[in-house]
Parts: sequence; C-alpha cells; structure tokens
Amino acid sequence: MVTQTGQASLPRRSGSTSAAPASPRPHRPAAGEAHAQPWIYVVLGAGLVLLVGPFLWMLLGSFRPNRELQQVPMSWLPRHATLNNYRQLFQVLNFPRFFFNSTVVAVTITLGNLLFCSMLGYALAKLSFPGKRVIFALVLGTLMIPGVVTFVPLFVLVSNLGMANSYPGLIFPFLAGPFGVFLMRQFILGLPDELIQAARVDGAGEFRIFASVIMPLCKPVLATLGILTFLTSWNQFLWPLVVAQSESRYTLPVALAIYSVGEKKADYGLLMAGSVVVVIPVLLVFLALQRHFVRGIALTGIK
Amino acid sequence: MALVSTGEVPANRRRVIGARRREALAGYAFALPFLVLFLVFTVGPVLASFGMSFTDLRSADVSNPFSVNGVGFANYSKLLGDATFRQTVLNTGYFVLGGVPLTMLLALAVAVGLNSGITRFRTFFRVGYYLPVVTSIVAIAVVWRFLLQPDSGLVNTVLGYVGIHGPSWLKNPTWAMPSLIVMSAWRNMGTLVIIFLAGLQTVPQEMHEAAGLDGAGAWSRFRYITLPTLRPTLLFGGVITGIGYLQFFEEPFVMTQGGPLHKTLSVAYYAYNQFGFGNYSYAAAMAYVLFLAIVVLTALQFKLFGEKD
Repeated sequence: MVTQTGQASLPRRSGSTSAAPASPRPHRPAAGEAHAQPWIYVVLGAGLVLLVGPFLWMLLGSFRPNRELQQVPMSWLPRHATLNNYRQLFQVLNFPRFFFNSTVVAVTITLGNLLFCSMLGYALAKLSFPGKRVIFALVLGTLMIPGVVTFVPLFVLVSNLGMANSYPGLIFPFLAGPFGVFLMRQFILGLPDELIQAARVDGAGEFRIFASVIMPLCKPVLATLGILTFLTSWNQFLWPLVVAQSESRYTLPVALAIYSVGEKKADYGLLMAGSVVVVIPVLLVFLALQRHFVRGIALTGIK
Repeated sequence: MALVSTGEVPANRRRVIGARRREALAGYAFALPFLVLFLVFTVGPVLASFGMSFTDLRSADVSNPFSVNGVGFANYSKLLGDATFRQTVLNTGYFVLGGVPLTMLLALAVAVGLNSGITRFRTFFRVGYYLPVVTSIVAIAVVWRFLLQPDSGLVNTVLGYVGIHGPSWLKNPTWAMPSLIVMSAWRNMGTLVIIFLAGLQTVPQEMHEAAGLDGAGAWSRFRYITLPTLRPTLLFGGVITGIGYLQFFEEPFVMTQGGPLHKTLSVAYYAYNQFGFGNYSYAAAMAYVLFLAIVVLTALQFKLFGEKD
C-alpha cells in the first residue's frame, strides 16, 4: 500500500487513534501471562527471519556474478564475491544520475510540504477566518483520492505547462499534500492558545508568531512529516514513470523497473545491486529515526 | 455611567473588529500558497478526470483542446463491453479479497504476540516487522521475482528440501496471483501491526482478569473480549489496506507484466497501458471506476463492521 497509496485514510477514525498512542509504552503484560511463553519468541523470531530474509538475499545476491545466480542448484553463500554489479551500475549505467534525481525530487517535495502544510495547518488550527471549514473539508476529502485517479489530467496539465520530462513536472504535483496539513493541524491544535495571545500582546506580527513561537514547538512533528514525505517521494513510482520520458529524468524506482523488464531483465546480479541502491538509503533513514514513524501513525492513524 | 460606556464600547468593538480582520487576513495569507498548488495540481485534476471521461480526448489532442468532443457515456459503455477490462476487475477483486484478510490475519497474530508479555526485543521485533513497509515496492518486486525463480530461486530450493517441486510461480496462471498476494501481505503487514498494537492498548485489562478468574481460556478471552474491543481498529486497518490494494500496479508491472494470460493485469495497470496507447479519456474513465470502487469498499466495510454493535 501503502506507499503513496497508503496515505489514504478516513479522518473519522483518526481522531480516536490519537487517543491511543502506539508509542513504546512501559510494557504491560496481559492478564495471566506475566511472562511471555518461550514459544511466542520462537514464532515471532521465525516470522522476523521471513521478513528480513529477502533483504539479506538481495544484499548477498548483489555481490555475486549473474552466472552464479542462475546456477542450479543455487548456493547459499557467494562463491565468487564481486563488486562488478555495482561497478556496472555506477560506471556503465546512469545510476549516479538516477540517484541524484531521486534525491533532488524527494528533498524538494519534503521541504515544500514542511513549509506549506505547516502554514495551512497552523491557520486551520489557530486562526479564525471565513471559509476555514470548507478548506479543511476539501483537504480531508482528497486524503483518500489515489494517484491513479488524477495522473491522466495531471499529465495533460503538466505537458501544457511545458513541464513534461522536467524536475518541476516531477515535483510540483506533490509539493502540497493533504496528509501534511492534517498531521500539522492535529499537532498544532494541542498547543496552548495562550502562547499566541501572549505574543500578540507583546506586539508580535502574525508571521513572526508562526515562525518564532509555533514552529520551534513543532520540531518533533516536523521531523515525522519530513521523514514520511521523504520516504513516500523516494519510493513513488506511477507519476515519475508517466512524466519522466528520458533517462536524464528517471528516478531510481523508475530506472530499476524499466531495466528489470527491459534489456537487463535476466541480469539478477545487477538488479539486486540496483535494488540495494534503492532500498538501503531509506532503511538507514528508517532505522535511525524509527520512533518518529510511530508518532506519525499515532497522531493520524495513517502511515 | 451610561455616557462612559457608550463612549467606550465602539472603540473596543473597533479594536476587536480590527483584530479579527487582521487574523482573518493572516489566515488567508497562510492558506494561500498551499491552496494555489492544491487547487491546480490536486482538485483540478480530480474534476478534470471526471470531465475527461465523457470526452474522446486522445494524446494527439492535448495541445489542441478544440478538437475534443463530448461523447456522453461512450467510454463507460465501452468499458462494459471490454473483455480485458472485465478480467482486470476480477483480478483486482481477487487481489483485494485475498490480500486484505491475509494481511490482517498475519498482522493481528504478530500484534497479539508482541502484546502478550514480550519484554525483550520488543522494539527490535516491531522495527523488523515494519521494515518492508518503508521500502520501494519496485525494489521488493524485483527481489521477489528473483526469490520465485523456477529452478534457481530460493523458494523452490527450500521447497525442494522437503520434497516439493514448486511451480514456476509467476509464469503459472494459477499461481501468479497468489504469489503477488503473499508478497503484498509480507510487505504491508507492518503498518497494520503498529495500528493493531495501538488498538490492543485499549482492551480493558480488568475484563481479562475477571474472565480469567471465571475460568475463561486464552482463546475465549481473545474471541469475546479482545476482538470486540478491537473492531474499530480492525475496520480502519481493513479500509486502508483495501484502498491500497485496489490500486495495485507496481507488483504486476515488475513481476509479470500483467501476465500470464492477463491473469495479473490490474485495473490501475490497464488504465496505465491505455494511457500509454494514447487513449486518455478511456484511461480516465477506468480510473474513475476504480475511484468509485474505493468509495464503495469504504462504505461497505463501515456497514459490515458497524452493525454488529
């Protein structure tokens, strides 16, 4: 899912999820089971092996020559470990370019969402103005609209704006997403109004209040939004596939998908190395910052 | 007294009105950048997609909008007669009806396991089960295609150890779709594990304890206390998983190209293909049918889960 698609949700339920944070609470054993039985560890451990196994297999495969990967019967460990697959990706194929494109697109989209969503989220949470409810309803209403519904007219629009096969074409449609507004509003609602009133009494302008009173308090939720947006953009597929028409604008997932069904179809060594390049950066970001994910889910009920 | 207050009130009110207007202006200023982008790139295309599905727009007409004609429901009636489209609807239904229960069942089992008194490795397990969710479906699909290779693949090699001769999973019309379903459950269960874990925190411990004293076993406590409390959480998990699965696209794109015999061609994939052929309005009509299915699924799940209370 629930990648880009997963950013779909039903706001109705979300409010109540926030009442039950998934955050690592002090552990509370269930009644009658003060200590987990050992078999639970065994089952969970076995499940974990199945979950993590494919990633290890990918990593091992990326260091093997393709000949070895097609061999019957297969070998568990690499016999002729090599860096050739990576060498080919980065020296023969255009993967440095794809990596650069993915980074530029994901970083810009993330910065845009951080700025625009927190501005609107603040207005919706703390300022009163006519039309506010309509705007919030509009934002919520589009939370569950998937990319596949809009990509055709979006492509017509982007082409007519002269942005097909360009960075703006990859970036603009996702610069302002409804999920971020929802997340920021939920968080800012919980901040005390007195802070804003006090700043007003002190003569601070509205923008000043936003920038130097509200934003510093939003650091944790900004981290959550930033990471979630970055990962969603990094992994995004359908739209970049539609809008990037030449290699110079491919993002990593687009390049990997096109190679995997095209000329490099059977070169699994190369494809495993390509998958490693797509997957490892996000895994590192995730492992370093995983507590922020849990907060995002707890606040909104959505990944 | 009266004189004093009549002199004061208008000044006060003026100040209040001034402050309100200032606040409203600030509100619009904060909303404007988002709204402009949002109207142009999200709301506009949603409406345009609907309008477009009633025209004969093709790729050649994009720069010349005057050559486009309204065709009423022609695209939709063409969909009804399109055997490939009917196949993609069946495939998508298969994927959703197979994938949602499987994903939920696995996630519920893991969540209950994690909640049953695990003290060690709790975070470790939770992070581990969530890991696939954050990774690119394209990369995962490539890796799974490799795992599922007929002769040299890991899955069939392991099955061979126990004497099972595994099929050529992705080239077999019977096994291709179940393979995609299992892979998707594997990838997506992590989200539901976290959501279900949060839901399990709301299950009242007192009831468990009381039922335990009355001699209720673990299974009946789960069945009559945990599951009913969890109903809203399960509903929510089912809806978001279903919405995601209705749009499945990357998996068949990378693993099967919709084959064998269109057995894994999804509605989203078929819409993408029609777009590729330049049949823009036809693709837009398909996308709208998919959107409608999402709305219906959401409503249906609310009805199914809601009425038992």
